[in-house]
Amino acid sequence: MDTETVKTPNNSPEYTEDKSSDEVGKSPYQLALRRFMKNKLAVIGVVTLVIIILASLAAPLLTDHDPTDSEMLMIERPPSSEHILGTDGSGRDNWARLLYGSRISLIVGFSAMFFTLIIGVILGSISGYYGGKIDGLIMRFTDLVLALPFLVLALTIMSLVENITITLFVTIIALVSWPNLTRIIRGSFLSLREQEFVLGARSIGASDMRIIFRHMIPNAIGPIVVNATLMVAIMIIAESGLSFIGMGIPQPQPTWGNMLTEAMSVRILREHWYTWIPPGLCILVTVLAINFIGDGLRDAFDPKSNQR
Amino acid sequence: MYKYIIRRILIFIPMLFALSVVVFALSKAAPGDPFTTMLDPNIDRSVFEERKEALGLNDPIPVQYFRWVSSAVQGDFGESIVYNQRPVMDLIKVRFWNTIYLGIVALFFTLIVAIPIGIYSARNPYSLLDYGATGFSFLGLAIPNFFFGLLAIYFLSIQFGWFPAQGTVSGTDVSGLEEFIDRIHHMILPGITLGLAGTATYMRYMRSEVLDVLGSDYIRTAKAKGMSDRNVLYKHTLRNALIPIITLMGFEFGVLIGGAVITEQVFNYPGLGTLFLDAIINRDYPIVMALALIFGIFILVGNLLADIFYSVVDPRIRYD
Repeated sequence: MDTETVKTPNNSPEYTEDKSSDEVGKSPYQLALRRFMKNKLAVIGVVTLVIIILASLAAPLLTDHDPTDSEMLMIERPPSSEHILGTDGSGRDNWARLLYGSRISLIVGFSAMFFTLIIGVILGSISGYYGGKIDGLIMRFTDLVLALPFLVLALTIMSLVENITITLFVTIIALVSWPNLTRIIRGSFLSLREQEFVLGARSIGASDMRIIFRHMIPNAIGPIVVNATLMVAIMIIAESGLSFIGMGIPQPQPTWGNMLTEAMSVRILREHWYTWIPPGLCILVTVLAINFIGDGLRDAFDPKSNQR
Repeated sequence: MYKYIIRRILIFIPMLFALSVVVFALSKAAPGDPFTTMLDPNIDRSVFEERKEALGLNDPIPVQYFRWVSSAVQGDFGESIVYNQRPVMDLIKVRFWNTIYLGIVALFFTLIVAIPIGIYSARNPYSLLDYGATGFSFLGLAIPNFFFGLLAIYFLSIQFGWFPAQGTVSGTDVSGLEEFIDRIHHMILPGITLGLAGTATYMRYMRSEVLDVLGSDYIRTAKAKGMSDRNVLYKHTLRNALIPIITLMGFEFGVLIGGAVITEQVFNYPGLGTLFLDAIINRDYPIVMALALIFGIFILVGNLLADIFYSVVDPRIRYD
């Protein structure tokens, strides 16, 4: 869009002094989007993530192999025209596992974020909006969950279940990681609660539910979106770490994390770099892209924060 | 301030109690009894029932809880189910210091890298090194620690042979200074792996804290009265910029413990992390409970110290 020629009618003199003309007459979302698009790293992050998502969707087009199909005569083969990245210890095609594995890593990352977000928004808004005893109770519970390291708690809960499925895995991760998000949302709700528009909404008889969902959440959307984005990256790392130590998504289902498990053997580590370096790089690049997007969103929603 | 500290310590006690209840409840939620994994079909079922009765597993839950807690307070966490009925405390004692040393190496690495570079970045913003440091912290936060560990083993230990890839010592025939150096040599790679994420975080924090302080009025005053840059840095800037960093370290315990579980696994390092993971895989609940409780106490104490430290060194903060 050519911004130079756009002149809005309400371009009053006092605005032109401290704001450039193309910022006038735009909604906060449009302004945020504009700032976001000016952030090179954030745009690179979006492009990279879109490519990765497209590659995972197009997996059947990019490989003819089934990622769970073991060929007993093709164990630990080096890269060839048939198997671009060679085969693993069970004779499965590494390239196919990388592509299909991205689906699971991404699905787990996004759905765990979504689940955590729901818990965090509900508990955080109740805690921040009502305050008092409910707030105290929820916050003490939050402290308690935070008193155990994420991995320790997740592993303990995982040891309680017999067979880990993707749904169960996502549920356990979400049940362990909601406290940080809850605290952040509570924090912004505590300050929003004191503002006039909330008093205004209450004075015309809006219900608590309406005030929370129609008035307060839209005003707290910045920190919520930023933290939700960064959380996808945290979830992808958590999934890969747990799968790597064999406590995550079980074989033969491929994920980037459990593809790296084979590198625990020194022989594979030394001789078959094509088995473990590609999935590791995939995790690194995906997480980097998501973090770029998250930082870009933070700067876009709150231009004053870009020091950190 | 004293009121705040006392109140803060008073909150600590019920938290400790709640933690022990959670840990106990998790172990009770385990399917079946602890013998499920070692069930031998050749042994009569009644033997297990006798053993269960002897261990008090048929008592009411609150009774079991108080028995567990009262012996845990005395350092008795019962016997391991898998490791030939050895006392859990013995198993922990053997590995406890390994993990502590690893944590110290990781923290040491974090501080000697993050603080100087963070200060340099803040004093020379948008310089080449500043961009390099920013790039490093992006990478450090995005790379999973196990992948970094594997890369470190692949390049530094297999390709170049600079560092050993696993364990804590090369052999038993060394002693004294030689043994000390050998142990440090073994801890460098896992230490850096464990400290990497912290280094990236602290570097960014340090940079923004120093930038914040450098922009404040009292620094301008100090410069205006003719103080040298060196003195401004050491007497005014660092004292204020380090407060949040040291506080943050109190919360670093949890990150280090969580990281140690995976890092120790990668380097086959005999610490509490590998013990915990083995116990999880074998469903050795006495060990899981003991370690979860110890980890939790570490974190609670870390948070307590951080809060107290903050209230002592920063009188600007008011608590009421």
